[in-house]
Amino acid sequence: MSQDKDITNKRPADTDDVIRDVTGSEYKYGFVSDIDSDIIERGLNEDVVRLISKKKGEPEWLLDFRLKAFRYWETLKMPTWAHLDIPPIDYQAISYYAAPKKKESPKSLDEVDPQLLDTFNRLGIPLEEQKALSGMAVDAVMDSVSVKTTHREKLAELGIIFCSFSEAVKDYPDLVRKYLGKVVSYRDNFFAALNSAVFSDGSFVYIPKGVRCPMELSTYFRINASGTGQFERTLIVADDDSYVSYLEGCTAPMRDENQLHAAIVEIIVEERAEVKYSTVQNWYAGDKDGKGGVYNFVTKRGLCRGDFSKISWTQVETGSAITWKYPGCILAGEGSVGEFYSVAVTNNFQQADTGTKMIHIGKNSRSTIVSKGISAGHSQNSYRGLVSVAPDASGVRNYTQCDSLLLSSTCGAHTFPYIDVKNDTAIVEHEATTSKISEDQLFYCNQRGIPTEEAVALIVNGYAKEVMNKLPMEFAVEAQKLLSITLEGSVG
Amino acid sequence: MSSIDQYISLYEHNRETIDSHAPHALNRIRPDALSALKRFGRFPGKRDEGYTKLSLEDMFAPDFGVNITRVPFAVDVALSFRCDVPNVSTLLGVVVNDSFRPTATLLKNCPEGVTVESLASLAESDPDFVEAYLGKLSNNRDAAAALNTLLMQDGVVVRVKSGVKLDKAIQIVNIFNASADLMGVRRVLVVLEADASARLLFCDHSQSGDFKYLSSQVTEIFLHRGASLDFCDIEESTEQTSRIAQLFVSQEEGSNLTVNGTSLTVGTTRNEYHVDITGEHCDTELAVMAIADNNQIIDNSARINHLASRSHSNQLFKYLLDDHSQGAFEGLIYVAPDAVHTEAYQSDRNLLASTDARMHTAPQLEIYCDDVKCSHGAATGQLDQNALFYMQTRGVPRAEARMMLMQAFMADVIDRVAIDGLRDRLRHLVERRLSGEHAVCGDCAASCHN
Repeated sequence: MSQDKDITNKRPADTDDVIRDVTGSEYKYGFVSDIDSDIIERGLNEDVVRLISKKKGEPEWLLDFRLKAFRYWETLKMPTWAHLDIPPIDYQAISYYAAPKKKESPKSLDEVDPQLLDTFNRLGIPLEEQKALSGMAVDAVMDSVSVKTTHREKLAELGIIFCSFSEAVKDYPDLVRKYLGKVVSYRDNFFAALNSAVFSDGSFVYIPKGVRCPMELSTYFRINASGTGQFERTLIVADDDSYVSYLEGCTAPMRDENQLHAAIVEIIVEERAEVKYSTVQNWYAGDKDGKGGVYNFVTKRGLCRGDFSKISWTQVETGSAITWKYPGCILAGEGSVGEFYSVAVTNNFQQADTGTKMIHIGKNSRSTIVSKGISAGHSQNSYRGLVSVAPDASGVRNYTQCDSLLLSSTCGAHTFPYIDVKNDTAIVEHEATTSKISEDQLFYCNQRGIPTEEAVALIVNGYAKEVMNKLPMEFAVEAQKLLSITLEGSVG
Repeated sequence: MSSIDQYISLYEHNRETIDSHAPHALNRIRPDALSALKRFGRFPGKRDEGYTKLSLEDMFAPDFGVNITRVPFAVDVALSFRCDVPNVSTLLGVVVNDSFRPTATLLKNCPEGVTVESLASLAESDPDFVEAYLGKLSNNRDAAAALNTLLMQDGVVVRVKSGVKLDKAIQIVNIFNASADLMGVRRVLVVLEADASARLLFCDHSQSGDFKYLSSQVTEIFLHRGASLDFCDIEESTEQTSRIAQLFVSQEEGSNLTVNGTSLTVGTTRNEYHVDITGEHCDTELAVMAIADNNQIIDNSARINHLASRSHSNQLFKYLLDDHSQGAFEGLIYVAPDAVHTEAYQSDRNLLASTDARMHTAPQLEIYCDDVKCSHGAATGQLDQNALFYMQTRGVPRAEARMMLMQAFMADVIDRVAIDGLRDRLRHLVERRLSGEHAVCGDCAASCHN
């Protein structure tokens, strides 16, 4: 009996090696840029909130918003419901504002700190003007402060506003005030309250009526200074009949300490407009023993306010020591559409609790959720999602598929969907499977002369393809590369 | 103040009365339950994970009487005997609130090696046996289980000795009988020793009229190596009845368990299924159906823990909700780190038949092992309009077509019932239930529902 057990439990030796190689990957974005930063004292109190607001020269109403959020945050405790093991976070040990030092705002790229440009060049961001022809408008945010936005003039011709959040506060206060906090209230959750109190910068996008944004808008986030947290805020407003595709990427240096990233993304979509939001999240995930890494606690939500509006979230989550993120859609408009495509890869000691919320309020609203989890090493990967159908939302259709792939015997894959249906005409479906890479598929590939390593790559790529296909091309290439780095040896 | 406090104070003021009306084997585990209850401090409410649709705090809040002095209730057992399933010859026992009354057939026909007895009397005659099992699975793991342990005074024990294969099904009819608002605290212990097999049928009925009745039942089932149990649980009570039924099972190597749960007429009901698979090559089937209308609430929660390798489990839950009824399903498959070659499936299908019906579903997987096959699916919708249309084009009236589709929807749960005669009986009950008639069991004269 025991002999029989040994045989059946044993994997073929080469598969084992390949899977073990998974843990051998290194983080290639882990450099630190030697840039002079303006960092405020660690700690958080009302004075810090006032100081951030003052440093940014904000109007009174924004300071009030921050203070309300801060006072509310003080009454909250950190949530514990997620399937995550979060070491206690000392919120007083973090500096809530770190900005690359600059004397005057740069007029052209020549004036931007060359070190900074070098940082972005190393990240492969086409920030420089000569690369601008590659057709992407980029807003680069380092340590929560936007450093340079490209292509602004060209966009402005169409009436599109794409700028840093603080510029938007100065130049378009009415727009910001109208939409800020309308989708993610400062009372939404612990991290949303924290962000609302201390957010330093972010991106603001406004697409006017009937305009189809001719290029992908992109933001790159990078935490650079040590001992700081990053708290940025993104606000995207798509007016009637408009369309925009927005990309977001993030990296951080390798550090032994854990860094906190608590962002808010708000999207408002009016009638017949469409927003496509893609994320490739690659914060530093910690080393192979689980030391260091970014805590990524993000609140992202879109409001399909107009009829026949659409929001599509696509995310490739490969980084962060801990991810706590549920991009959601409030489908308030009639016939509005929400989509969520996600690949979440965890390795070593990473933990991810991610998924989506689809709140169906409008009649005939539809949503699709495709979530692919890949766990390796000692990681824990959870899908958590909510599909809710309001009593008056007739004709709602939802389809959810969440699959998990396990690449080691020490990792975990979990699924926690919540389905709340309050209307009898709704059709809501959920399917989930969990399995390891099929021995049969590997054997089939081997038999045809494909080495196990390549076969694993083939299978994992195929597994994630459905989501990868949804990414804009520029990102798809990068996401593929990231997958291969995260699961080095078995993918790519 | 939490409603838990009234029960703590009830116990603390009447400790001697409660203990003097119950055997030592039951009394000895009360102190642990009391400290567990104090530790919990309150019953879970709607803000707690897993209790979204049904607050136990509200359920336990009314000032229920508890029959701690064991005043006997007058129930004509002969009348209840009519609850017997036609065409199925069973060994019948009746439990009124919590006290067990065997019927003549049971006493006469109970084979060698099979014990179907009152928990209180067995705890007197064989305290070692009761002490070895009682409370070992429920283990005060939540407030409701701890409360049951704190106040239990009697119940039923089914014991099948090693190697005994029981042909006849054992039927236990639970009658909720009250002449005031009452909480019945019932305890069931089922022990199947190695290679034993049995079929058990529990039916819950109510004779409490307009009085509020709360039934608290904890069932602990021990399946030893190679044992096999079919467990059927049917609830046919009234809308004034609240019920919390917790089932705790421990399965040893090679054991088989089939659980069929049927909620036909209920008020507010919460059924919990906790199964620990501790040995290899176990097979676990859970097939549960619920039909609700008016303001009924049915909340089912299932947790299958795969703690050993090479076992198989399958869960099927089906709900048909009409009027203002609410359904909730929380299911979890847990696979422990070393439980390789586990196969576990879970499926939840729900039909909403009215605009005001509500369904909450949370099918969950928690998997810590890579070499497994697990899947779950959940769907909530309505009857297939194409199928209805098709049948109408073939001359089937719409109402009849609806009925056929609804019956077909429930059929795969009923098909999994292991007791032959009971399958037909259930089909009949479901048909009557769907056609709007109160599902009074055929020729029953027990006036359960008057």
